[in-house]
Parts: sequence; structure tokens; C-alpha cells
Amino acid sequence: MSDDAAAAGEAASDAPTNDGQQFDRLPETPADREVQGRASRAEVLDWWAERFGIGEGVFEEYGFWEKGAGKIWVFNGEATDPSEVEAVGMTFLRTRQEHWKPTGRAVSRFGAHATKNVIELDPEQASRFAAGDDQDIPEWDGDWGYLIATHEVAGESVPIGVGLYLYDELRSVVPKGSRADLPVVE
Amino acid sequence: MNPLDRYESLVDDVDAFRAACDRSLPSVVRANGVAASPDRVREAFDESGVAYEPVDWHDGLFRLPDGNPGGNWPYVHGWTHGQEEVSVLPTLALDPRPGERVWDACAAPGSKTTQIADAMDDEGTVVANDNNLGRLSALRHNAERLGITNTIVTNQDARNFSTKPLAFDEFDRALVDAPCSCEGTCRKNPDVLDQWTLDHVHAVAGIQKGVLARAVQATRPGGTVVYSTCTFAPEENEAVLDHVLANEDCGLVAFDLPLDTDPGVTEWEGETYDESVTRAKRIYPHRNDTGGFFCAKLRVGGEGDGSDGEGVAA
Repeated sequence: MSDDAAAAGEAASDAPTNDGQQFDRLPETPADREVQGRASRAEVLDWWAERFGIGEGVFEEYGFWEKGAGKIWVFNGEATDPSEVEAVGMTFLRTRQEHWKPTGRAVSRFGAHATKNVIELDPEQASRFAAGDDQDIPEWDGDWGYLIATHEVAGESVPIGVGLYLYDELRSVVPKGSRADLPVVE
Repeated sequence: MNPLDRYESLVDDVDAFRAACDRSLPSVVRANGVAASPDRVREAFDESGVAYEPVDWHDGLFRLPDGNPGGNWPYVHGWTHGQEEVSVLPTLALDPRPGERVWDACAAPGSKTTQIADAMDDEGTVVANDNNLGRLSALRHNAERLGITNTIVTNQDARNFSTKPLAFDEFDRALVDAPCSCEGTCRKNPDVLDQWTLDHVHAVAGIQKGVLARAVQATRPGGTVVYSTCTFAPEENEAVLDHVLANEDCGLVAFDLPLDTDPGVTEWEGETYDESVTRAKRIYPHRNDTGGFFCAKLRVGGEGDGSDGEGVAA
């Protein structure tokens, strides 16, 4: 029995559960939820707005899908619900945990719309971040938790990925396969 | 034997052809319009001191004479994708539009899939299929790195591809960038010439016919199918087109590509092919200093007049 089913407990033994092998569209609101623990579209939109100030208009055309426990995908196309395919759009957000975590790719794709919890790195910090290094940045006086790390490229701020800020330290959570050894561009 | 020997009768300047095949190709990247314009890529290269040269027939391509296409910020940001110059041609021929339904039948590792999605402004639906699960993971990695959100990935044998997992049962356009004997990539990977066998050519031609036939069947009447390979072998090119023309409801259309091409051939080793295969395009390495390539454009449904009259038909 999965954790989800266990969590559902006596509520309804025949309630639908999360099937890790298929993509299911998120319910619109918590009231529409049939699968225990599944995030709703409204909650996902609220989360991006509250955490990063990215308005729901940015995601108006996109659908949100869950496959696996808590992994949310963002998709801008037509699909059946459910969909038994290898991928529907791109990975977007990890839910079903206390602190939801955006994917680096989602931040790269949509992070330029963010208005808060964005930490601008200088050239040397940016290169260290891309290499996967943790670094002390005590001067950050914003929230702890997941931040969008950016740096300046040819006059514009560009998201690099997701950092986790705790106790004066910015931890790079760039996945190993995406880390890069880059020259410092002053 | 060196398989290039067999194509000497097809080219106008054998020495130039052989000399070009012996030269290595530079690293080339394509600007990913979903993330950044060619101008932004240029600015970022300038700022970080990455040497680049333009490609005169495509403003989104950059040659990197120092190599290392992945070792710079534009790559990390998903603004660029390493892709050989001729590899952008089938998507130009396919000419997908925002909002359409497009099938990439042999999609991994995703260079053309992501270029198709880019051409569609990441709107509509691209179905990227490949029968090789390992190569699909490379495709998924590339699509995510480039920020593509309109693509569904499937793992089927394209020859009997089922649209059942999809929300629709026919495509507006389909690309068959077929597995092939790959001599055209010899400037990047000379090993392909040592590994070449005629048995493999014949075996893979059977697969190519099956995939192209299925692509025609899965595309709506009036829709477009593009067939491409990176081989010079007529068995894998014109013969495949000839087979599908005879067995499926489709015709070859004339189309333009932005570099110098040669027409498809109608005779090869005692076989003759439908006259319309001359509308297909052969890209020889000595013409534009590129890899070798083959590209054909088909219209589904036999009503066409042989011209690429999409603007009128639409």
C-alpha cells in the first residue's frame, strides 16, 4: 500500500490513488481533488505567485500534470488524461513534501518573471553556483528556502537555477548532470 | 571498401567531393529561439569572449572554431544547442507552424524535435517518438535544457506507431529523420565509413520504408511529411521514396532550401525510380562545405500539383 493510500486511511478505501506510471492532469481546485495528496492547479499557481511573485497569467496557457509521487510537469499542448507516455512537457515542481521545490529547468524557463526571492550573483558567485558549489552569502537579508539564482548576461538578468538558502549559505542544487565549469565573465 | 567510392558516379566533381569528405567539420550551435534570439546569443558570446563565425544561409547558426560548444553560459542557459549545419534542413523543409500537431517519428536525441518546437513558438503539440529508450533520455534532457514545453515523448516502433495514447489521431506534419548508414556524417565521425556494409543498407532501407509509410498514413490529407537521412545511398533515399509513392497516397513536392543542392537520382545500379524523386534534394559536402544529407518533402493525398503550394492551399 502506498503512503498516499495509507494517508487516505478510512476516508474511502476505493478512492483513486496516484498511479506512478501515468500522467494525470491536476484538479482545478482542492475541492475537485479525487486523488489524496495531489496538488491542485490553484495551489500550484498560488505557490509560484507567493514564493516568486510570478503571476498566474504567465501559466494561463499551460496544463499541470503529475507523474510519480509529487512530480509536477508543465505542458503546453494537447494530451489525453491520463496519458501513458514517457513525458508530457517538462518537469516543473516537486510537491507532496513540506517545502515545494521548483526544478532548475522551470526556473530557467519561467524565472525571468519572478519579482521576489531572487538572488543576483556576481560573476564569480555565478560560476561557483553553476559548478554546484555551496557558498557563504551572509549579506542576503531575504527569505530562507528555495531562491532563484540569477546573474547578468549582456545587460540583462538571467536565471541560472535553484538555490537553497539556509544559515547564511546558498546551496547550489544544480543537478550533477547539469553542472558546468565556466569561466568567470566580468 | 570505402562506401564513398560508390557515389563517385553521382557527383560532378569527384576530387572536390572526396576532399571535402576528408576535412573535419567545426562545432556548430543553433540559437534556441524559445530562450533567446540569435542577437542575444551573439551578445553573450561577445561578452564572454567565445569565438564564433556566422553561417551565411541561416542566422541562427554559429560555428565555434575553438570547439567546446557546451563550455559557455549561453549553452548552460539553454540558449544554444549543438547541431550540425545540415541537420537544421529537415525542419526548414517541414515548416511547422504554432498550434499544429507534429510527429517526429525517429526523434532522439532531439535536435530536430527542439528545432520544430522552436519553429512553433513552443505552441501546439510535438510528439517526439523513438524506439530506443536510452536515446530518449538524451532527448528528454535536451528538451528540458532548452525549455521546451509543448512536447510529448513516446517510446514506440515508428513502423506501427499507435496514436491511441494521444488526444488526436492524425498529424498536420510529420518528420521521418530516418536511422541510416550515415556516410554523410563522415566529416564528424570517420568510423561510419569503416563500419559500413551493404547488408546494413538493405536492412535499414526496409525499416525506412516502414516508418515513412506509417508517417504518411498518420498525417491528414493535405498535410506534409518530410523524409531525411544523412546517407548518400540511393537505396535509403530515392528507393524509399519510390516505394512509398507506389504504396501510399502521397506525392513529392518541390521546395526550397537555403543552400546549394542536387536533385534526387532516378537511376541506380539497374533500378529506376519515379521521375518525381528529382524533387528531393541531395546535399553533397563539397557544395556548401557541410556534412552530407538527403531531404524530401511529401504532400499527403494525391491532389497536389507538385509545387509547395501550402500558402495557397491553407
